[in-house]
Amino acid sequence: MNKSVYDSPDQVSETKRHILTVLVDNEPGVLARVIGMFSGRGYNIDSLNVAEVSNDENISRITIVTHGTSEVVNQIEKQLLRIVPVHSVTNLDQEGSSVEAEVALVYIYISETNKKKVYQLCDLYRARKIENENNTTIFEIAGASERVNRFIKEINEITKVEIVRSGPVAISSIQKNEEE
Amino acid sequence: MNNEITGAEIVLKSLAEQGVEVVFGYPGGAVLPIYDTLFKQNSIKHVLVRQEGGAIHAAEGYARSTGKTGVVLVTSGPGATNVVTGLTDAMMDSVPIVCITGQVPQHLIGSDAFQECDTTGITRPCTKHNYLVKDVNKLSSVFHEAFTIAQNGRPGPVLIDIPKDVQFASGTYEEKSKIIIPSHRLFEPSPDFEKNKIEEAVELISKSKKPIFYIGGGCINSGPKASKLVREFINMVGSPVTMTLMGLGVVASSDKNSLGMLGMHGMYEANMAMHECDVMINIGARFDDRVTGRLDAFSPNSKKIHIDIDESNINKTINVDVPIIGDVKQVVEKMIEVWKEKKLQIDDKALKLWWDKITKWKKVDCLNYNNEGKQIKPQYAVQRLYELTKNTKTFITTEVGQHQMWAAQFYKFEQPNRWLTSGGLGTMGYGFPAAIGAQIGHPDALVVDIAGDASILMNIQEMSTAVQYRLPVKIFILNNEYMGMVRQWQELLHGGRYSESYTDSLPDFVKLAESYKAVGLRAKTTDDLDDVITEMIETKNTVIADIWVTKEENCFPMIQSGSAHNEMMLSKDQKQDKKSAEKGKILV
Ligand SMILES: Cc1ncc(C[n+]2csc(CCOP(=O)(O)OP(=O)(O)O)c2C)c(N)n1
Repeated sequence: MNKSVYDSPDQVSETKRHILTVLVDNEPGVLARVIGMFSGRGYNIDSLNVAEVSNDENISRITIVTHGTSEVVNQIEKQLLRIVPVHSVTNLDQEGSSVEAEVALVYIYISETNKKKVYQLCDLYRARKIENENNTTIFEIAGASERVNRFIKEINEITKVEIVRSGPVAISSIQKNEEE
Repeated sequence: MNNEITGAEIVLKSLAEQGVEVVFGYPGGAVLPIYDTLFKQNSIKHVLVRQEGGAIHAAEGYARSTGKTGVVLVTSGPGATNVVTGLTDAMMDSVPIVCITGQVPQHLIGSDAFQECDTTGITRPCTKHNYLVKDVNKLSSVFHEAFTIAQNGRPGPVLIDIPKDVQFASGTYEEKSKIIIPSHRLFEPSPDFEKNKIEEAVELISKSKKPIFYIGGGCINSGPKASKLVREFINMVGSPVTMTLMGLGVVASSDKNSLGMLGMHGMYEANMAMHECDVMINIGARFDDRVTGRLDAFSPNSKKIHIDIDESNINKTINVDVPIIGDVKQVVEKMIEVWKEKKLQIDDKALKLWWDKITKWKKVDCLNYNNEGKQIKPQYAVQRLYELTKNTKTFITTEVGQHQMWAAQFYKFEQPNRWLTSGGLGTMGYGFPAAIGAQIGHPDALVVDIAGDASILMNIQEMSTAVQYRLPVKIFILNNEYMGMVRQWQELLHGGRYSESYTDSLPDFVKLAESYKAVGLRAKTTDDLDDVITEMIETKNTVIADIWVTKEENCFPMIQSGSAHNEMMLSKDQKQDKKSAEKGKILV
C-alpha cells in the first residue's frame, strides 16, 4: 500500500522494477516537474532519459526506470498525469511486451598484458571501438541492461575502466495501426 | 504596429476579460509597471494588504466564499516567497487562485540580482502549474490558460512570473476565445463517464443494510448545484451522512440524515457509523489521515464507493471497490437518474435497524461538556455565537487549533460556501485574511473569524487593511492564553510538559483594536457574553471581541493518533491509554 501517517492494512505487494515512458510538452521546467514529483513524494528514480522525439510538435519522451510495489507505481503514474504538460504515461510492464536498450561508453585502460583479453571480451559482447582523435580505447556497447551489466562486470575483472551509461530507453513492441 | 499594447496592459486586459473584479496585492519594484497600469483604470479593484501572506489567504477566502477565482499580485523575491504558504494552502484545499509575481528583467535572471529569486522553482511543488513568461506575445494566452487550469478539474493555485522587461514590452493581446488549450493540459471526464461504474455503485447502495455517505470538500468545489443533488440523493436513499471538515454545509446540519463531522474531532456517532457501515459512499473526500484514523482498522467490513475528480486520490491510502472519476454534480446527477430509472430502494427494515443503532450512539452525547460556573467555556462561546447569528447571512472563517475544531463542532452550517477553514495545511493566520476576502466578496454579509489568541497574531497586521476598506469583519478570539491544541497534545502525549505553548505578554486585544481605529470588546464571564456578541454583530466596523475562556479546556471527542474510529476518547473518560499514547506520539 502507499504512504500514510498510519500503518498499511494490506499485505505489501512485491517490489519490482518498472519502466515508464512519459510523453511531455517540451517546455522549460518540465523535467524539473517530473523529477520534483519523484523526490517530493519520496519515490525512486533508478534512471532517467529525456530526448525530443518529434520536431514539429515539440514533444519529448522521458523514460524512467523506477522500482516499487504495484500500488506505489500506480500512484506514480497518476501523479505524473496530474502534471499539466504531461500527455501520457505508459507502464511498459503492463503493456505486455516491450523492447529496451541502453548505451554505455567505456574508457578502457589497456596495457600489453591485458590487451588480448580486452579485445576478446569486447568481441564477444560486440562492443565497438570508437575512433577518436587521441586514439584512446573507448568502446561503445548497446543492448539490454543486463547484458551491459555483465560486460562491465567482466571487463572490470581484467582492467581499470571508466564508464558512462545512458540508462535504458524502451518502447512497446505491440503491433500498432499506422493511422493511430 | 498600432494595436500593440504593453505587457502590463495585457495583464490587466486579460484579468478584465476573465471577469476579475478584485485583486489582492502588495507593490514592489518588479511589478511597478503593472501597478502603474492599475492606476490608470478603474474596472478592477485592488485591495492593498499589509503582508503578501495576507493577500493570498484573502484571495482564498474570496474564492471559497464566491466560487470565483482569487487573484493575487505581488513583487519578486520576498513578495513571492511570502505567498508560498498560501499557495501550499490553496493546493491542499483545492482553491482556484491565480498569483501574479514580478520578476527581475530577463537579462538579470541568474545573476543574484536585487530581489531575485527562482520563483517558479520555489513554487513548482505548491502550485498546480506555473509559468515564467519570457515573451510578451505569449502573455495573454498564458493568462487565459492559467485561469482555465486553476478552475478546471480539481481546482488549485497557478502562478505567473513576469519579468519586468516583459511588462514594459509591447505586444498583441489575444482574446480568450482565440486560445485553444490542448486537451492533455486539462482534466476532461469522459462524457458518459463509466456508466457501468455508476450502475454498479447504485446497485451496491440499494443492496446495503448499513450505508453511510462520507462527504468532502469536492462537493463544495463542484458548485452549489452539487450540494443540492447530494442532498437529494441522500434523501432518496434515506441514509445517514457525515461530512469532513471541508465538506461542512454540503448537507444542512439540521438535516435529519446528518450525523455531523467525522474524523479526529468528529462526532462519535459519525465515526462509529463509518466503522460499522457495510457500504460507504465517499463523494469528493480523500481519506485524509485526520479522517481515517488507523488505516488497518478503518471501516473494516464495508464496500467502498469513491467519487473523485482527481484520479490520484483513488486507492491512495484506502483501497476502494467502485471508483468513479468525475465531477460530483455530473456523477450524482447520473446516480439519481439510475436510481429513479430502476426504482431502487433500500430494505426498509434493515435501514430502520441501522438508524436505531445510530440513535443509540447519539445518546452518548459526545459533545457534552461541563458548563458550570461563570467562566466562559469555549464551546459555549461558539454555541452562543451560533444562536445569535443563525438568522443572519453569516460566513465563518477560522484559524487553526482547538477553536477551529470547536467551531466545526458547535457552529451549525446549513449551506455550502459559508465555512472557510484551512483543512489540509492547517495554517494558523489563515482565518483573518480569509475573512477579509469573504467580506470583499459579500459586502453585506456578516463575516466572523473564530480565532485563537496565538493564531490571530500571525496576520494581525491585516487589521490595517480591514479598517482601510471599511470592512466590518469580526474577530472572535477564544482567548485561553495557550496554543491550546499544542497544550492539549502535550497534556495527552507528553506528560503535561507544556513546552513553549503558553503565550506570555499577549497584547491587550481591546486596545489593539482601538489602535487601528477599530472596535475592541471583551467578555470576561458568561454574564457579558451575549451582550458582547450582540454588540459585535451590530457594530458597523471592524471588531475584535476578546472572549476570555477557560484556559485548560480540551477538545473532545478525539481519536488519538494511532487509534481507530471505534476507539474514540470522550471528555468524561480523559484517562490515558499509555500504550496507544506511546505509539501515537511519533505520528502527526
Ligand atoms: C503556521 C503554523 N504554525 C504552527 C502550527 C502548529 N499549531 C497547530 S494549533 C497551534 C496552536 C494554536 O493556538 P491558538 O491560535 O491560540 O488556538 P487554540 O488551540 O488555543 O484554540 C499550533 C502552534 C500551525 N498549525 N500553523
